Amino acid sequence: MNSKKNYILHLADNGLILAQRLGEWCGHGPVLEQDIALTNIALDVLGQARYFYQYAAEVDGKGKDEDYYAYFRDEREFKNFLLLEQPNGDWANTIMRQFFYDNFMQLVYTKLMSSNDEQIAAIASKAIKEVNYHLKFSSEWVIRMGDGTEESHQRVQEAANNLWEYTGEFFVPAPYETEMVSQGIATDSASLKNDWQNRVNEIFAEATLQVPQANWFQSGGKIGIHTEYLGIILTDLQYLQRAYPGNTW
Amino acid sequence: MSNTKNWPLWEVFIRSRNGLNHKHVGSLHASDSEMALENARDVYTRRQEGISIWVVESKNISASDPKINEDMFDPAADKVYRHPTFYDLPDELKHM
Repeated sequence: MNSKKNYILHLADNGLILAQRLGEWCGHGPVLEQDIALTNIALDVLGQARYFYQYAAEVDGKGKDEDYYAYFRDEREFKNFLLLEQPNGDWANTIMRQFFYDNFMQLVYTKLMSSNDEQIAAIASKAIKEVNYHLKFSSEWVIRMGDGTEESHQRVQEAANNLWEYTGEFFVPAPYETEMVSQGIATDSASLKNDWQNRVNEIFAEATLQVPQANWFQSGGKIGIHTEYLGIILTDLQYLQRAYPGNTW
Repeated sequence: MSNTKNWPLWEVFIRSRNGLNHKHVGSLHASDSEMALENARDVYTRRQEGISIWVVESKNISASDPKINEDMFDPAADKVYRHPTFYDLPDELKHM
């Protein structure tokens, strides 16, 4: 049961942390339209996270609610990808982070739609439409910037090079994940690597970008070992509930 | 406009339900039509306002001149016979 809870929390934490990062753009987008686009995506992934937290609470069976998992766990208990806690940087960096993640999650949710776990399958079926759109959005922006001006090309290439080392973690299953794969609940993420890589190659070719060749990757996020950024995100995210536990609007 | 940093303006039309026509809902900035559609989706359909979107670059719309509104529209005011209101319609005929 613990592995199942952990796997669901991994999916939930991804959404929560990415939403928090995207939310930082609110009011700061380059133009109003893109500001709204990013916060829309933030709300989509936050919505996905909520479904997973609610389900984690049920699986956990300790009578906690979704808020507990978002607001009262510490850094080492968070299982999100390192990629998602990386700072927004410039627009190119935010878009590239989004593209790497959308590309992966589209493959994950497609597989999870036929998970042995009905609840996970149902959440995946709902999320896939959102992620399809996110992927279209982020892919188009990668192409637009890569094949845009000299400056946009250089910035988006730099973003790809900088974030590349955080993508390897996608394809290395955590122990709880392996157990879930054996029960037909999770999808074997290693098997998604080719499809993911092919899509990166395809979009980068259209964007006239170089696919980074580095093959050393960071890891740890899935098992709670994070970069220095997660703690700072959590202080912001959890402040209110830590200072005034149980407070509501 | 000499300032190429500004994205062109687009007019957005939304069909709210099947069977209804597209209605103008507002405008936005975008670099190309694909982005204009996505921006329109994010700005104007977040609350389920529509099921179909048209965008057209504002510069491609020709508008009537408000200064000649009297010449354009006043002559229709006293042509009441142009409304087909003198026919007896059967009760079964709805929505006329």
